[in-house]
Amino acid sequence: MSEPKKPRNITTITPDRTKMPEQPPEERRKNFKEVALGFTEEQAAREADRCIQCKKPLCVPGCPVGIDIPGFIKAIAEKDYPRAYEILLASDLLPAVTGRVCPQEDQCEATCIVGKKLEPVAIGRLERFAADYALAHGLARVPEIRKRPEKVAVIGSGPGGLTCAADCARAGLQVTVFEALHVAGGVLKYGIPEFRLPNAIVDQEIANLLKMGVEIKVDHIVGKIFTIPQLMGEMGFQAVFIATGAGFPKFMGINGEGLNGVMSANEFLTRVNLMTGFEFPRTGTPVGMGKRVATIGAGNTAMDSSRTALRLGAEKSYIVYRRTEKESPARREELHHAIEEGVEFLWLNNPVEILGVEGWVKGMRCIKMDLGEPDESGRRSPVPVPGSEFELEVDTVIYALGTKANPIIASTTPGLKTNRWGYLEVDPETQETSIPGVFAGGDIVTGSATVILAMGAGRKAAKGILKRLGIDG
Amino acid sequence: MYKILKKQVFSPVTYLWELEAPDLARACRPGHFVIVRHKEGGERIPLTIADFDRERGTVTLVIQAVGASTQEMMAFEEGDHLLNLVGPLGIESHIQNYGAVVMVGGGLGVAPVFPQLRALKEAGNRTISIIGFRSKDLIFWEEKFRKYSDELIITTDDGTFGEKGLVIVPLKRLLEERPGGIQMVTAIGPGIMMKACCETTRPFGVKTLVSLNTIMVDGTGMCGSCRVSLGKEVKFVCVDGPDFDGHLVNWDELMRRQNRFRREEAHSIEQCKLNPKGGGA
Ligand SMILES: Cc1cc2nc3c(=O)[nH]c(=O)nc-3n(C[C@H](O)[C@H](O)[C@H](O)COP(=O)(O)OP(=O)(O)OC[C@H]3O[C@@H](n4cnc5c(N)ncnc54)[C@H](O)[C@@H]3O)c2cc1C
Ligand SMILES: Cc1cc2nc3c(=O)[nH]c(=O)nc-3n(C[C@H](O)[C@H](O)[C@H](O)COP(=O)(O)OP(=O)(O)OC[C@H]3O[C@@H](n4cnc5c(N)ncnc54)[C@H](O)[C@@H]3O)c2cc1C
Ligand code: SF4
Ligand code: SF4
Ligand code: FES
Repeated sequence: MSEPKKPRNITTITPDRTKMPEQPPEERRKNFKEVALGFTEEQAAREADRCIQCKKPLCVPGCPVGIDIPGFIKAIAEKDYPRAYEILLASDLLPAVTGRVCPQEDQCEATCIVGKKLEPVAIGRLERFAADYALAHGLARVPEIRKRPEKVAVIGSGPGGLTCAADCARAGLQVTVFEALHVAGGVLKYGIPEFRLPNAIVDQEIANLLKMGVEIKVDHIVGKIFTIPQLMGEMGFQAVFIATGAGFPKFMGINGEGLNGVMSANEFLTRVNLMTGFEFPRTGTPVGMGKRVATIGAGNTAMDSSRTALRLGAEKSYIVYRRTEKESPARREELHHAIEEGVEFLWLNNPVEILGVEGWVKGMRCIKMDLGEPDESGRRSPVPVPGSEFELEVDTVIYALGTKANPIIASTTPGLKTNRWGYLEVDPETQETSIPGVFAGGDIVTGSATVILAMGAGRKAAKGILKRLGIDG
Repeated sequence: MYKILKKQVFSPVTYLWELEAPDLARACRPGHFVIVRHKEGGERIPLTIADFDRERGTVTLVIQAVGASTQEMMAFEEGDHLLNLVGPLGIESHIQNYGAVVMVGGGLGVAPVFPQLRALKEAGNRTISIIGFRSKDLIFWEEKFRKYSDELIITTDDGTFGEKGLVIVPLKRLLEERPGGIQMVTAIGPGIMMKACCETTRPFGVKTLVSLNTIMVDGTGMCGSCRVSLGKEVKFVCVDGPDFDGHLVNWDELMRRQNRFRREEAHSIEQCKLNPKGGGA
């Protein structure tokens, strides 16, 4: 089969990680096609060879769902792609998604031993390679399932809900997913843009779930069409998993936010991604973006908005953030991509007022900030520099300041405990809420977090549900 | 998919659909609305539930063709299916026995007034309805309104039927003639008409509720497209409304925000004319 093993260790492996082919910045800033093109088989083999197959792999505890990383990388090295995919699926329902959007540099790759001396193994890129290969070659197998009579309702079809649905379905439960929007996928569909995560990838993963017998009912807002007490009562569901995300946009409360041209990143991205506004008027929903766009905030959402603005033809796309590049919560790769594409960063600046003429945005007054003394947490908080106000000429302002909990479920479910920010309280072992049989996970519990954490919570909840129903998982 | 059981055309630009939607019919209350999408790639269009029948499992929408989507939707016939329908959205209207109430509907706003009128009548209120249309041939639902109104006043802008002029004329007269005799006014219609009603009632200090039709996308509180300023507060119409105290609404901002997509929409209608392939289910 494979060649005789050469001794592999930190001194003999290729020092630099394999580059992933990308569309050049000047090209891609004009289209919505995926930026990173994925490894070829040769590139994957080269990178897989950089993993020294640690006996005690440090990368695994860095992954929130504990994927057998050396295992799947070894399978890639041996060109046994079906096995690589199997290993991934054992811990991660959506490897084609996490391989693209996980903050790997803070997780598995941050703890990879190779990274102590050289560049860490490109675990995420390999994960994406194996998953894409499997999807392209139809390797996704539908497991044999012995049906059971118990019914589970999953509310929300983001990564948390989909994972819990898959695990419950594998155990034979009858699963119905209720989704508020007209498509399934949550933020993967309406938030993260096409150039980072193509909708077709998400749709393929969802199609696999449907093959397992999961039913997805779109256009169903739980709390409106049915309540949780109804689901658990007359509708005969024995357990419910709430994964409704945290999509309630925040504004700052400064003057001018009611002007035309001010919107949340959720509105902007939803108009573009979910409603395919970039094809307007071939499709029905306009976006309403001008030519000079300022995005406030510097997380993943802000990167996605400012880069989307460029693709829609913005002449200027600024990011305005009150701290420095170092504090930006975005993935490094995305920040880097945004810089390459020509997004202009105004670090250490805070908006104080949005200015308008005849009801439309014409500018934004900002004030320069300075990092003050570190507080108890050690973080230096920004303080305004007196007299440093200036005007930025823009016609569109996008708020990407994060989101809050959506109150629809909590306000229609008596006895469901929330914390003071409106997020649901759960038992950290089982994800069960204050109501027996009702579980929750993902952003609606943690606040805005990551895809992989939502998936981890969905998996844990599925275990909790099986235990609650007296079924061995 | 939701079947259109009945279609009725009121005028060249207004039509009614009765849709088969049993779960929705069971869950909805007066004041609720839905969002529909008529084709792949289509816009999400919010529409008020103008009537519902729990026994038959139906909801009724009354629609005015104002832009590309609502014009294309007019091509749907009985037996056709609507692609997406989600609801009930918003907070149901607060129904209680106020005493005497005046229900004002302007143009298409007449339809969404109806479920509230019926509920208020059934709650024991004395109901006075004022419904206004541009012209006689645009009038609809006169009988439905008569059935639940103790008094019914119809106005037309051009005087071809009922009182000539705007709805605020009889509204003001009622308030003047019956000091302290009216406990609540509800006004639904175009922004400019609701604003005028609020300015009419303000000096009399009569509580005035309006139903706001801001531009929406998801209708679940996720995007903030529908936000409106009420005094110093910002509210999301889709989850905090659509009914609000009209005396607090910043009308100028509201009406301005409704024109946010004017340029794009004009373009879209042009395209729709050049290439009229939309419509059909
Ligand atoms: C623009 C953007 C970029 C991001 N980039 C990254 C990234 O690069 N990497 C990363 O790891 N994370 C990223 N995140 C965060 C990540 O997407 C979320 O943490 C993750 O999607 C949370 O998953 P979830 O299952 O909890 O909820 P969501 O994905 O938010 O899904 C919740 C679903 O529930 C539905 N819903 C809500 N209420 C109801 C109801 N009452 N009834 C029925 N359905 C309901 C919603 O419509 C939605 O579809 C990003 C987020 C955004 C907004
Ligand atoms: C809570 C609510 C209840 C409503 N009830 C009814 C009803 O019962 N009957 C009815 O005919 N109309 C109703 N409307 C208005 C209706 O949604 C719009 O007329 C429709 O969306 C216009 O779509 P269009 O593509 O045909 O026109 P467009 O050309 O897109 O727009 C024409 C005008 O309609 C408004 N509009 C556009 N898009 C939206 C949107 N997504 N949401 C709201 N307004 C928009 C704007 O003011 C725009 O200038 C309601 C709106 C809301 C918010
Ligand atoms: S799921 Fe994320 S953290 Fe885990 S191995 Fe894959 S990329 Fe790394
Ligand atoms: S820590 Fe790095 S080198 Fe070791 S097994 Fe994990 S990926 Fe391979
Ligand atoms: S329509 Fe999106 S928040 Fe109201």
